[in-house]
Amino acid sequence: MNPTIVSFVYLVAAILFILGIKGLTKPKTAVRGNTLSALGMLIAVVVTLLDSSIVNFNFIIAGVLVGGLIGAVMALKIQMTSMPQMVALLNGFGGGASLTIALAEYYSKLGQAPASFAEILTPVVADANAFGQGVEGTIALVSIGLTVLIGALTLTGSFVAFAKLQELMKKSYGLPGGPIGNAIFLLAAIGAVVMLALNPGNTLAMVSIVGLALLLGLFLVMPIGGADMPVVIALLNSYSGIAAALAGFILGNTVLIVAGSLVGTSGLILTQIMCVAMNRSLANVLFGKMAAGGEVVDADEIYAGKVTSAQPDEVALMLEMAQRVVIVPGYGMAMAQAQHAVRELADAMEAKGAEVEYGIHPVAGRMPGHMNVLLAEAEVPYDKLVEMDRINPTFEDTDVVIIIGANDVTNPMARESEGSPIYGMPILNVDKAKNVVVIKRSLSPGFAGLPNPLFAMDHTLMVYGDGKKAVIEMTTALNQA
Amino acid sequence: MEILILLLALFVLSLFLGVELITKVPPTLHTPLMSGTNAVSGITLVGALLAAGSDSSPILVNGLGFVAVTLATINVVGGYLVTNRMLAMFKRK
Repeated sequence: MNPTIVSFVYLVAAILFILGIKGLTKPKTAVRGNTLSALGMLIAVVVTLLDSSIVNFNFIIAGVLVGGLIGAVMALKIQMTSMPQMVALLNGFGGGASLTIALAEYYSKLGQAPASFAEILTPVVADANAFGQGVEGTIALVSIGLTVLIGALTLTGSFVAFAKLQELMKKSYGLPGGPIGNAIFLLAAIGAVVMLALNPGNTLAMVSIVGLALLLGLFLVMPIGGADMPVVIALLNSYSGIAAALAGFILGNTVLIVAGSLVGTSGLILTQIMCVAMNRSLANVLFGKMAAGGEVVDADEIYAGKVTSAQPDEVALMLEMAQRVVIVPGYGMAMAQAQHAVRELADAMEAKGAEVEYGIHPVAGRMPGHMNVLLAEAEVPYDKLVEMDRINPTFEDTDVVIIIGANDVTNPMARESEGSPIYGMPILNVDKAKNVVVIKRSLSPGFAGLPNPLFAMDHTLMVYGDGKKAVIEMTTALNQA
Repeated sequence: MEILILLLALFVLSLFLGVELITKVPPTLHTPLMSGTNAVSGITLVGALLAAGSDSSPILVNGLGFVAVTLATINVVGGYLVTNRMLAMFKRK
């Protein structure tokens, strides 16, 4: 196939990717956007298969069959509550793909490959110009080294994120020395990239980059707790895009560069949004300890004798009179799989004449937009899902706020208590509403490890128990009222 | 060298375009945005195909290419399908 035609088709594919993301700016055009993007992928793949340098189709067919099957099964079977795990895995596979492409390109240009395991570590004599003349050769090798580095750390980092989200790994582990230990690993890996660029035949340097980066991915994510996962997933998403763009530099492939940089910026912007929503810097999320500093607040002192609990049917009586109700979902709703029950409760309240909206904090759940997807699954219209900045002014006119499975994002200490670790974090001002109902298993603290004075307020009722069960009981009582 | 500069220019301009586009995506669609961009980053499949199908002497290259094709295909197929599944839920009504 004529290279000009190939380049032209790649340009068309890049345009379709851009239009695809543009479609995502509105829920109405989003499905069409996704289809356009998929079409771009299809034509890019087809025109590549026509390339004359592809002579061996066995590996391709096998890979497409295996990958296609795994991808399709994952996509069709995954529950909406587990979407963060799915995205974590996809990030990891993206990093892994860039890693293996860079390695393949390295051994292909080198023209020799290890015949046994021992030979992997044996340096070989490489043609000085195998990767290009002079500076170009150096740049090509640096690109390969960096793609391997970022690809490998995205791979293992994402798998750790998956393990944490799936609750396979509950504790947090880290390198002794924390950020300093990580920095040493990173510097060592970058040193290995330099060694590789100086001597392309230094296969030991290549193996070191792979090994160090794989370990770095583990050590970077292992210390980070569950509620900070939205930031980690968004950041790894960005890395997988950057790795793809770098692979584009290795192969001189325009569509890889465009697509990779779009994904890279997308992940970075989401990372930024998540950090702002927690009032923390990226460095603090990655390396910091949440509860460090600030005076210790005694939970007993805040709660003692001031917490009022209620049964679901008592809450139903209150809901029957309510004109305006705001539901605030958090990760607990996902854990309890309560999204459908919540929608049914909202239906029952609307049938009694109340206006119902949902207040969504940007970091509610385990990934950006997690709550929105769950509620969309339960057929809640998306115009009822209201962002923090728009819902906050309405709380004063709200009769009842129902909080299900959210804690830190409603904690008034973020607004009022200057010494608190979460001070300055933007929260949903649910305490301004006339009545607050909190559905929760117990008074145990949220991720920040802080008591929530909201629970002890006079106008707050605690409903203890499983979120789904409590909501269903409220709905039943309301329907009978 | 000139080609490299051109690629670099493309990279930088794409970053700016990315910022313009992504900041307009509403928070409600942030999860589909992530899975959708995962699918887009599966474009590495193009590079993977070239490696897996090449007639290179070290068979290792084809082997690595096979792994790359598998992983990238998971991203493409899984990413687009799951994004479509989610977006269909938002569209309804």
